Amino acid sequence: MPLIEARNITIRIPTEDGVVHAARDLSFTVEAGSLFGIAGESGSGKSVLIQAIMGLLPQAEIEGECLFQGQDLLAMTQQELRALRGRHIGMVFQDPLSSLHPYYSIGRQITEVIHTHESVSKDEARRRAADMLEKVGIEDAVARLNDFPHQFSGGMRQRVMIAMALVLQPPLIFADEPTTALDVTVQAQIMDLLKRMSDELGVTIVMITHDLGLLSSVADRVMILYAGHRLEFGPAASVFGTPAHPYTQGLLLSSPGISGPDEALVSIPGRPPSLLATPRGCIFAPRCGQVQEICKTPPPIRRYADGAEALCHFEPEARGPNDDVAIAHTAPAPGTAPLVSIRNLHMTYRIATGFGRKRDLDVIKGIDLDVIRGETLGLVGESGCGKSTLARIVAGLTPATGGQVNFDGTEVSDLTGREWRDLRKRVQIVFQDPYGSLNPRRRVGSIIGAPLKIHGLAQGAALKDEVRRLMGLVGLNPEHYNRFPNEFSGGQRQRIGIARALALKPDLMIFDEPVSALDVSIQAQILNLIKELQAELNLTSLFISHDLTVVRHMCDRIAVMNMGRIIELEEADAIFANPREEYTRTLLAASHVPPRPVEPDHRQLIASEPQQGAM
Amino acid sequence: MIVFIAKRLTFGLFVLITLSLFVFFLFFVAPGDPARVVAGDKAPEAQLQQVRENLGLDRPMPEQYLRFVTRAAQGDLGFSYRNRQPVTDLIVRRIPVTVSLVFGGVLFWLSLGVPIGIISARNPGTWKDRLGQVFILLGLSFPTFVLGMLALYTLYFLPRTAGFTLFPPGGYAPLLDNPLKWAWHLALPWATLALVVAAIYARLTRGQLLQVLGEDYIRTARAKGLTERRVVYRHGMRATLTPLVTQLGADIAVLLGGVIVIEQVYGLQGVGALAVQAVQNQDRPIIIGVVMLGGLFIVTTNLIVDLLYAALDPRVR
Repeated sequence: MPLIEARNITIRIPTEDGVVHAARDLSFTVEAGSLFGIAGESGSGKSVLIQAIMGLLPQAEIEGECLFQGQDLLAMTQQELRALRGRHIGMVFQDPLSSLHPYYSIGRQITEVIHTHESVSKDEARRRAADMLEKVGIEDAVARLNDFPHQFSGGMRQRVMIAMALVLQPPLIFADEPTTALDVTVQAQIMDLLKRMSDELGVTIVMITHDLGLLSSVADRVMILYAGHRLEFGPAASVFGTPAHPYTQGLLLSSPGISGPDEALVSIPGRPPSLLATPRGCIFAPRCGQVQEICKTPPPIRRYADGAEALCHFEPEARGPNDDVAIAHTAPAPGTAPLVSIRNLHMTYRIATGFGRKRDLDVIKGIDLDVIRGETLGLVGESGCGKSTLARIVAGLTPATGGQVNFDGTEVSDLTGREWRDLRKRVQIVFQDPYGSLNPRRRVGSIIGAPLKIHGLAQGAALKDEVRRLMGLVGLNPEHYNRFPNEFSGGQRQRIGIARALALKPDLMIFDEPVSALDVSIQAQILNLIKELQAELNLTSLFISHDLTVVRHMCDRIAVMNMGRIIELEEADAIFANPREEYTRTLLAASHVPPRPVEPDHRQLIASEPQQGAM
Repeated sequence: MIVFIAKRLTFGLFVLITLSLFVFFLFFVAPGDPARVVAGDKAPEAQLQQVRENLGLDRPMPEQYLRFVTRAAQGDLGFSYRNRQPVTDLIVRRIPVTVSLVFGGVLFWLSLGVPIGIISARNPGTWKDRLGQVFILLGLSFPTFVLGMLALYTLYFLPRTAGFTLFPPGGYAPLLDNPLKWAWHLALPWATLALVVAAIYARLTRGQLLQVLGEDYIRTARAKGLTERRVVYRHGMRATLTPLVTQLGADIAVLLGGVIVIEQVYGLQGVGALAVQAVQNQDRPIIIGVVMLGGLFIVTTNLIVDLLYAALDPRVR
């Protein structure tokens, strides 16, 4: 008997803007002892689904049934659900820093679960908590019970979270993006831990993630969600190997690791639909490359002999990589003079700790780096390695505490105020967070035009024309000149950021994690845009990312950073083919690329039936 | 920790010195002749001169200031211009009244404001929340003296005309003489103070708790199977305490320096009333004394709040 049998779950959440249809007619089964993956982009309803099932979204209206060990979770009272939570179903959330209470020691937070569901002595509870902490790989567990969440690193915190979910040895764990907030090498460790716990304790894991590469390497069965619809469901091997839905196919193909560096990425055009609207036909039709007339009617569920089920009228044609002409970006000839030359760069922050004590934090410990005119130099490393600090120093936003930065022949540290302004004109940054880095109270036209205005390069009608030209260049509709940033999606906002940075025709563009806040299908659009612009405008750029596959796709040379130093600097292909440093190898091993989908050979359709509840 | 306290004490001292310099200078340049205040309007010039010499007012300002600071450091704030009593005695005598008023008020306003805030935050958008909001709006918009007069009218004057005494019209009975009488006399002032201030705490609690209840760790607490009560009080309120303590520290510090309006309405001879009289009489030593006392309270409460912060928030330690 499956551990979970969900049938026709529909979730509606009333909000001020109207009813959000977070899930429509979702059915799935989770076998005991397996790892079940729920994948989807943001807004697909994957988190809402499990939170609603667990009764954590009191405002949600939920229909259908969800049998857990034979009992319907959706028919339970809050009290019955509460008895189940923590004891029979554990939960692990995305961000272990914000998901642990900052004011209680981790020992207290773990024993609280035990005391809530069992009557045991304090010592017994502490002993069990320490045992579990040891199991998840926390050393010196008994002493660390008294530590607070902020005293642990990100990965350790997630281990604590997992220990908390497992301490009563529940048969099921819901893990909501358990590795998303972590660095790749830590991600791999946490994934290993989850797998090991699943084997040792026989726990069934339902894991939610947007990371198809990761999922393809661990899941037994997967469900692909899109705008609350289950577009595809089946064994991981067939869903990832021979996707039966064009959306799954598109998602897989838009991962930068799949395409070669000279190929344009396959992106899914457009953006996910609003969950407020009720679709007439196939929910994915507006973005589907294989859309036909019949897609205006509700698609059937097609079941295949290999266990895959897809919500589609067709069996999709196999698609290769992007058919677009590859954009030829030529790496600069060897011997070209560097635009930026960094020598023995140091950066030390003075940070205050509690009660006014100060200590020094060395962020950059002696870096030598040349950015050659016309190249795209990748800077890759995990959080805290100093890559963003380096970018800020090169852009002249923060003065370094030691060493030289030479920009096109001038020493940056000797510059006077006026010369600083000129330098800023020549170096521009595209920031990571397209939501936080645009002033919500200024119109898009004025955001993009601001650099031109500040440097006195254009005004009046000329300014407006130039801004419109820039908007067109990055693929925005120039008529949206007077809109505010909140009227744009994440991908469009990042286009705004790029247009703003391009306004001054800078000699050097710094991209600081430009796509890490975006969904994979949108990420591909932005990466393609950046590549086009680089070739068209012959940009010199410094491209910062934690994601090796992205950097490989975008860059001529790659510098690997670790703990304030550049440990390896090579041609992009050489680093992948032949990494010299142990750390680089670890990074490479930890990054998962989903398999390139192949054409299904003898796929046998066994049924095609209308979806329940479809109009 | 000790270094931190030492640093903060030094800083506090610096604040007090700056404050004293400021007040002193303000009076030095202010119009009006202190000698005339002391000797009376009709005193002849010779007598005025005598007074100036006695009080050291003929000395240059730096010298006067130094003398003031050395004496103040020993607890001597000089003498009242009006009745020649030592300022320190005058103030010390009035501190119990103000302290009783403030700390009683604190208890009342916390036990009124915080629960209202919690109820509002747990039921946002419902009638309970709306009722709470109305309370907050009334509390914030009613002037203290109107509320005080209203309380006096309904709870003292009306019963009195009907022939019985519910509450006294004001005055103060020392706590150590008769605690019951003390509380009875202070009940109306406490209630008035509480009604005015509780609104601020209801609003603060509501806002903070609402925000905290949306945090990820609250979802974690629910996912652990805790009862909603425990989620709200153990996990939610625990994180709401810090801003409450900050606000409380600031409020107590300011009020200890004199609860001017309420002391006036209820005829309480507290620090606030003393300050008002001193200003009317141009009695400079008392004014300076009261200002310095207020400064001292603010500096010490700030230190206490910071220490409490460290006790409450492990991340600060």
